[in-house]
Amino acid sequence: MQLAVWTYEGPPHVGAMRVATAMEKLHYVLHAPQGDTYADLLFTMIERRNKRPPVTYTTFEARDLGKDTAQIFQDAAREAVARFDPQAIIVGASCTAELIQDDPAGLAEAMGLPVPAIPLELPSYQRKENWGAAETFYQIVRNLADKSVVREPREGRPARANILGPTALGFRHRDDLVEIRKILDQLGVEVNLVAPLGATPEDIARIGAADFNIVLYPEIADEAARWLERTFAQPAVRTVPIGVGATRSFIADVAELAGADPTPALGDTSSRMPWWSRSVDSTYLTGKRVFIFGDATHAVAAARIAREELGFEVCGLGCYNREFARDIRKAAAECGVEPLITDDHLAVEDAIAAAACELVLGTQMERHIAKRLGLPCAVISAPVHVQDFPARHSPQMGFEGANVIFDTWVHPLVMGLEEHLLTMFREDFEFADEHGPSHLAANSPRPMARPASADEAEPVALVEAPLAEAQAPAATEAPGALAWTAEAERELKKIPFFVRGKARRNTENFAAQEGRGAIDLETLYDAKAHYAR
Amino acid sequence: MSALDILEGCASELAEAAPPAARDGGRPVLRERGQREVFCGLTGIIWLHRKMQDAFFLVVGSRTCAHLLQSAAGVMIFAEPRFATAIMEERDLAGMVDAQDELDRVVNRLLERRPDIRTLFLVGSCPSEVIKLDLAKAAQRLGAVHMPRVRILNYSGSGIETTFTQGEDACLAALVPVMPALPADAPKELLIVGSLPDIVEDQFLRLFAQMGIERVGVLPARNARDLPSIGSNTRYLLAQPFLGETAMALERRGAKRLDALFPFGAQGTTSWLRAAADEFGVDNALFERVVGPGRERARIALSKLRTQLAGKRISFLPDSQLEVPLARFLQDELGMELVEVGTPYLHRAHLARELERFGPDVRLSEGQHVERQLDRVRADRPDITVCGLGLANPLEAEGLTTKWAIELVFSPIHGFEQAADLAELFARPLRRRDMLEV
Repeated sequence: MQLAVWTYEGPPHVGAMRVATAMEKLHYVLHAPQGDTYADLLFTMIERRNKRPPVTYTTFEARDLGKDTAQIFQDAAREAVARFDPQAIIVGASCTAELIQDDPAGLAEAMGLPVPAIPLELPSYQRKENWGAAETFYQIVRNLADKSVVREPREGRPARANILGPTALGFRHRDDLVEIRKILDQLGVEVNLVAPLGATPEDIARIGAADFNIVLYPEIADEAARWLERTFAQPAVRTVPIGVGATRSFIADVAELAGADPTPALGDTSSRMPWWSRSVDSTYLTGKRVFIFGDATHAVAAARIAREELGFEVCGLGCYNREFARDIRKAAAECGVEPLITDDHLAVEDAIAAAACELVLGTQMERHIAKRLGLPCAVISAPVHVQDFPARHSPQMGFEGANVIFDTWVHPLVMGLEEHLLTMFREDFEFADEHGPSHLAANSPRPMARPASADEAEPVALVEAPLAEAQAPAATEAPGALAWTAEAERELKKIPFFVRGKARRNTENFAAQEGRGAIDLETLYDAKAHYAR
Repeated sequence: MSALDILEGCASELAEAAPPAARDGGRPVLRERGQREVFCGLTGIIWLHRKMQDAFFLVVGSRTCAHLLQSAAGVMIFAEPRFATAIMEERDLAGMVDAQDELDRVVNRLLERRPDIRTLFLVGSCPSEVIKLDLAKAAQRLGAVHMPRVRILNYSGSGIETTFTQGEDACLAALVPVMPALPADAPKELLIVGSLPDIVEDQFLRLFAQMGIERVGVLPARNARDLPSIGSNTRYLLAQPFLGETAMALERRGAKRLDALFPFGAQGTTSWLRAAADEFGVDNALFERVVGPGRERARIALSKLRTQLAGKRISFLPDSQLEVPLARFLQDELGMELVEVGTPYLHRAHLARELERFGPDVRLSEGQHVERQLDRVRADRPDITVCGLGLANPLEAEGLTTKWAIELVFSPIHGFEQAADLAELFARPLRRRDMLEV
């Protein structure tokens, strides 16, 4: 048993729902007890979908157990096919139905339904949402792809690609797809099929007609793409075009497979991020310490953008989906940090607190952690929240995605000259760093800035104490920790809060290395010189 | 010919309708089975964990249970919640580890980390019920270790046994046996049963005090360890219509229910308060003096909303079991026309007085076959449909105005002072529909 307060991923059948809901004319018959219908609201409320997910829940109750839950399943399946007239159905069990072992696959097969019934085996007690989505998509492709499809010769026709991976409830999938289509258009590549989003089972049948596949979201599409590689000899583009560099690589990869000229796509004049990052006002971004956590694909992409395109320093990198841990380990090694592979948000919170970072890039879970720790944060990955479905176009992929990322990540930070002013005039009562970035009303004032009222009626103040302050007692109480002179302690307080934790830690490490007895002003400035970058 | 006869597939179901109960005049009830678009009883934890400040709810279940709890609240409540899920894994099911040992380990770790917990509920789920994990035994064993610091109780919020608000019913029923006993010759006491928002609870307590009823307890108490006492001289008022199990447990301990309308709207609240006043011998003039001002305020506030709601047609899809008393309130005090009143479970005895007030054409349904019910909604085209979160946006997209049922559970709606707030919850979607020009 695992004790969980919050989870990054739902159960695998929710992954299957994300695939089913993305598609058209496909229906999911889910053997499940009353209450599992809660998952519908993820789609209708968080994503604001205007249709119910195409899912029929068999809704068995305690009194049905030991009698005929199998009959309930068959009735539900028959009724769903009659009512919704799907081109195919997928059938499976949620966690409870898995225990009663009714075998929905066998039952559906025995019914002789007029449409293909694709069985799903999604072990609820071992696997999670992303895995469930990948397995479902793979089964759909494997069962529905028409293997007799023969690709026409390449001569005299444009190259054709399948775009694989976008689902319902995906982080910016809707908008990413627009950007990818734009790139393919510039390259003169035809889209044979987008799946699962918007595809019907009949569309899936002709998946083999494409010359190659584009794996946009490996968490969902990689399994299917590997099968397509084996079955139809379709190569796959696996570069995930998040960030300017990755988008350029992606364009080059697609152009090579398509035999197209990449120049028009590479010359996209709406790519502003490189200049925004090179312009002098961005100098202050240099070496900002960022902590990154999310699904592996988005986290790896974020780490690369952070280092290569914004000049940040990655001080923590991790993912919650173990299946892709290898990618994170590799990226973490490049960044020189320890990879954090966990789905325990408390472990992530500890790691963020210990990393002394200046910006958190994470999921909604990390957004809350950052809020508690008083750190700026931007969201880069699922699990999603209603705010991750903005009304405006807001992609992560392609050059426009990079533009969006620049704005989204830089916006929460204290801006360049403001940062200097805060450093210079720390004691200004109207302009103290505790107020947070002056352009973000929501961030200020910081609870710790209120000396007296904090005790009164502000219980949140205790939990929201900013990182540097929260760390202070731990640092002084730690065995063998060095004492700070009062003067040095006062000087430390003049350093803005967003770098104070790091300054404290660096100074203490330096003093320990040097074998100094106590930390005085001299030690503080010696350490500053030592770590000067 | 009733509305039911003309709808295909409904007439035959009527034959199975339960035998007429005491006072519903043999009203036909459309009983359906099929997909239910309702939450399971675990969802009650979302409000119960805030109501009982010293209690912690540990669901023993699957990843689905944990995912439900964080999704049902709509947004994640990130102040450290007083609930968590012990997620069962393959090795628990395959017998590689003893589930009871694992539970001990999880509970001990939790209690170590949260020394402020005084009552721990082990909450059963669908998977724990199906594998017959004995949580009563676990509660007893762990209780022996952790009492007196922590009292450990158990109940089931599983979807195979409970819908939505029945989770609160099961939780409160688990508290009843540990309520302290009153001596047989103790003076008569009043018990208010059902979790109410603190502000509403305080309003009711003030009114009873003004009537001179001094001994008043509430279940659940704000601290689960301060349970009210109970005995044969306890008279209880149900504040919520979904507490059938709790009522039976209270009766087993000798308490007697005071029959009344549920305290929604001016009439419902008056009836509810009157039942206690009569039982405790409150003088009529005093009752009028105490109740009069609030009732008058409610009447005036409701009269403004009546102009917006009168004549509007409303359908309820089953959700919280609040449907019947709320429908009565909307019909009697706001002049709305009830098309269909669906409820997950119809407690005929507790709702008898409510049902008496329904007009003859009101279609009453119990249980759900969501597809057929939506067909009826599309055929009826009510002005407003009360439904769960999974259905609201899809119905809006079809041009049907909706009210999210969950807001009725999460808002203060009982009593005189909240009567207009309750009506406003129904008026606002209609006003918004008329207001928008996009």
